[in-house]
Amino acid sequence: MYNFNLSVLLSGQYHDWLVAGLLLSIKLALLTLIFSLPMALLIAVLRLSPVSIFRAAAIAYVESIRNVPLLAHMLFWYFGAPEILPEPVKAWLYERNVEAASSVIALVLYTSAYMAEDIRSGIRSIPKEQMEAGRALGFGFLDTMRLVILPQSLRLTIPPLISQMLNLWKNTSIAMVIGVGEMMYQAQQVESASFRSYEAFSFATAAYLSISLLITLLSSWYQQRYPVRSA
Amino acid sequence: MFDILKNFGVFYLIGQYPHGPLGGLALTLILAALALLFALPVGLLLAMCRISPFPMLRLPVTGLIYVIRGTPLLMVIFWAYFLLPTLTGHKTDQFSTMLAALVIFDGAYLSEIIRAGIEGLPRGQMESARSLGFSYLQSMVLVVLPQALRNMLPSLVNQFISSVKETSLGYIISLSEVSFVAGQISTQLMTKPAEIYLLLGLTYFVMCFGLSRFAFWLERQLAVRSVKV
Repeated sequence: MYNFNLSVLLSGQYHDWLVAGLLLSIKLALLTLIFSLPMALLIAVLRLSPVSIFRAAAIAYVESIRNVPLLAHMLFWYFGAPEILPEPVKAWLYERNVEAASSVIALVLYTSAYMAEDIRSGIRSIPKEQMEAGRALGFGFLDTMRLVILPQSLRLTIPPLISQMLNLWKNTSIAMVIGVGEMMYQAQQVESASFRSYEAFSFATAAYLSISLLITLLSSWYQQRYPVRSA
Repeated sequence: MFDILKNFGVFYLIGQYPHGPLGGLALTLILAALALLFALPVGLLLAMCRISPFPMLRLPVTGLIYVIRGTPLLMVIFWAYFLLPTLTGHKTDQFSTMLAALVIFDGAYLSEIIRAGIEGLPRGQMESARSLGFSYLQSMVLVVLPQALRNMLPSLVNQFISSVKETSLGYIISLSEVSFVAGQISTQLMTKPAEIYLLLGLTYFVMCFGLSRFAFWLERQLAVRSVKV
């Protein structure tokens, strides 16, 4: 019978590795969230803009990103993209934490494409008379969006955005493929250094689950506190 | 990019087959299709438990689904990787490991789709079947499920798209599906990673975008038909 040794997880070197991994995972998720929200908003507005070139560009962006797995994005941004850059930029990049940077780029692009769709469907649920009335009052497209449409669509948009946050949290694990020392990577490191596979993966599972649970609770709290108003 | 395709095109499509194990794009598609095929009955069973009137069935399954949906697929793959050999007693190959992980993971997600499909039907369907003398199971199998499954077809195609994308994670346990094969080609050539990974992205795009258009078309077809009824 396998001897499950909890003390490995509670203190010592392996404990430190795992905690460092968890902290880096959280950092990756937060950093991605900060960058992808404004980007998603921009893409959503472009997709609904009256200019057809902007619309086409936004559709191309969303479709090309969403139909390719995150792993392929990560591989491209880590192995592929730096090769195109000129030599000095490459050298500068490799002196720094190029793994983490590529994983954040891949995560931001991927997450923002999904979030843009959620924001767009929130905006589309607002009756189009709101836009027409705003425009008739003399506001421009962007001003109507900012002052009239977006504040109203917020209640509808936040819950799906929170569930995208949950996906983002789970997606950070894929960064291990390119060697970012996040939760899953550290769990594997602990496993190969100590052969304590069950302990290491239990820690990682518990960590992922507890943050996922927090995000789920946040979502249900929000939906209770700010329910969607029916017109 | 054309040079790469000329030299490695066959390897990219089918791996080392017929001189070795099947791999590449063919393996990706087979894996995704098998995963969906096996995940469907699992998802159906989980969904039945999830909406069953017995708390004995409902509560543990609800818990299980929450746990699976709260963990990354990578975690499930690692558990399968370490648990399966212990449970079955002999070494499991990468394909079975990945398939098992995908069936469990997709089963949990499918069960939510199926549950939504069943709960989307008017309650009157179940009630009238029951009042005609059918048992709970009979009314489920004969009346509710056929209607629910029809409405779910577009979601099932979307789930297949997710499956195709998820198989890429086989890369981590060195399963020779298309991402892993692309990695191998890139290591052999050394100098063209950008082109190879662009090609990889393009491959996934063609498959998944085609499928998503198909789902969209299916949705419209179904909408047209239900209006007539």
